[in-house]
Amino acid sequence: METTSTLEKTLRLIALTLVVIFFMFPIFWIFLMSFQTNETILAIPPSIIFTPTLSNYAALITGKLTTAAGTLDIAFMRNLGNSIFLSVTSVALALVLGVPAAYAFARHKFKGSEDIAFTLLSFRFAPPLLVLLPLTQYFQWLGLSDTYFGLIWVYQLICLPLILWIVRGYFEDISADVEYAYRIAGHSWFATFRKIALPLAGPGIAAAGLLAFIFAWNNFVFALVLASADKQPVTVGALAFVTSSGIQYGQIASAIVLSVTPTLALALYAQRYLVEGLSLGAVKG
Amino acid sequence: MTTLQLKNITKRYKTNPVLDNLSLDVADGETLVLFGPSGAGKTVLLRLVAGVIDPDEGQILIGGEDVSDIDAEYRGIGMAFQNFALFPHMSAFDNIASPLTATNATKDVISAGVLKVAKLLKIDHVLTHHPKALSNGQKQRTALARALAGSPPLLLLDDPLRNVDAKLRFEMRLELPRLLAAQGATVVYVTQDYKEAMALGDRIAVMSQGRIRQIGTPEDIYNTPADIEIARLFGDPTINLLDVTPKSGPDGVYVELSNVKVPLPGMPASVVGKTSVIGLRPETIVFTDAGASGAIPVTVEAETPLNEKTVTLVLTARGREILVSRPAGTPGPTSGPAHIAVHGNTTFLFDKESGGLIRSAAIPMTRNGEAA
Repeated sequence: METTSTLEKTLRLIALTLVVIFFMFPIFWIFLMSFQTNETILAIPPSIIFTPTLSNYAALITGKLTTAAGTLDIAFMRNLGNSIFLSVTSVALALVLGVPAAYAFARHKFKGSEDIAFTLLSFRFAPPLLVLLPLTQYFQWLGLSDTYFGLIWVYQLICLPLILWIVRGYFEDISADVEYAYRIAGHSWFATFRKIALPLAGPGIAAAGLLAFIFAWNNFVFALVLASADKQPVTVGALAFVTSSGIQYGQIASAIVLSVTPTLALALYAQRYLVEGLSLGAVKG
Repeated sequence: MTTLQLKNITKRYKTNPVLDNLSLDVADGETLVLFGPSGAGKTVLLRLVAGVIDPDEGQILIGGEDVSDIDAEYRGIGMAFQNFALFPHMSAFDNIASPLTATNATKDVISAGVLKVAKLLKIDHVLTHHPKALSNGQKQRTALARALAGSPPLLLLDDPLRNVDAKLRFEMRLELPRLLAAQGATVVYVTQDYKEAMALGDRIAVMSQGRIRQIGTPEDIYNTPADIEIARLFGDPTINLLDVTPKSGPDGVYVELSNVKVPLPGMPASVVGKTSVIGLRPETIVFTDAGASGAIPVTVEAETPLNEKTVTLVLTARGREILVSRPAGTPGPTSGPAHIAVHGNTTFLFDKESGGLIRSAAIPMTRNGEAA
């Protein structure tokens, strides 16, 4: 690095700072907003000097939203619980279904395997609105609308293709010889899958699971249409802050902070796997 | 110990046959070397025997039993892979133990078995290491140990020395015959190195394009190569191949090199006038004096000293290139005009058109593939 001139260093620092500010400022601003009342938020000019208040968080946690028009009940904590339950269960189910399927697609070229795999991927091409109308109809016939089961089922449209395609790549990266070696040593194909393929694709599976979790968590439109208030996740629940007496910016901000926290924590925790998983590829034999 | 028989095996990828109606018998306790260029189908053949891929046609019999319905894990085979194929997330110990953990053996039995084979291969001090922490040589020995650990009656070794350095390859070439003999297994050994094939094989099967071109003892293959291609594959430096037309004289059949008669004793008269290729091993050509009988005038072009031997490239009057090999330290010309002569009974004559061997005479040779 001796060759780097002071000018170059300075310019690089400025560029990096600009990028960080550009991307981080909205999050920083939301964080500040969550500690302000509507009055200070809407004050012109905006100021970063204010008396912080925890009233927004208190309202969310107690479920009582006090507005000029009176007190409203909000189900934010329930929404948060729904989000966690829906995302975790959906990803778990998608992993249970998707990982063995990914292995099958990676290792066995059967007739039509590429077509099936591509069809599954194509779920991700279609805008959700395209499938929502028919989905609403037959969910009503099947009695699945407004059930957790139905939502988790629909969430597979988001999670399953993602996990299938990412994990498949990891399985393909494992040298077939390594698996052959285990088979020839006298182990069944299932033991080979469990003891060789799964551990070697581990970082990839973790990365795929995390991405699927984030996508499931951020989903809005499926839950909006297919579930009623008590089954809705935070993304939909945040709509409750648009009240007849105005938009509750402070509560929205604190709701965002709370709803981002689990994914952020998970991403930070799994960052190592994520980077390893998404960039390096699986361990080669 | 067991026997292995392949009967009319064909394997195609898309429509290309990788193995083409191939049959092969390996006797009990024999080490058979599959030798051939890459793409000859050697690895595919091993995988068919191991049971990880299935043939399109034909039968595989292990110990006389048809194994087409027997999955890889029940065939009782030990296999070492060219790229080692170690389990990267397991220690060397667990790698080697994998054939033993598949059985109902107790921990003590497994541990004893691993230690025994690890000692044999001198890797008992690195058993706790993961493959990443092993040197190439240790990886190769671990892979070999894993193949041997279950004491399989049939061992398949897929070019196990390919990815190790020259020194280690040489050491293992010396060590392997003893190891394999101690194991008592029937062995199919794949290699692209003719010296390895010569050193390890009870018999060598020369493969190319999915077929077995010639099968025989190392001596057979060296002394009577079935065709030009096989003659070219065995021997270092490569055999000299020159277009000739045999003529008939009072002393029998002869060919002319630079207008000098080179007699071909014992060659049938039917070859006279036929466009042929004469094969002269570099070590059967010697430098000689101008006045000696059968001395062919040449110009020395270049000389390469190769430790135990010196290889000289010479040009005949017609500009044909000939390699001459002589033991290092023996005197010889390094440039300018010189004369060479051919040992009388060490020539091969091939049919120009088909490439097939017409006739050859035996040269005494050692197991290392060097002429004595």
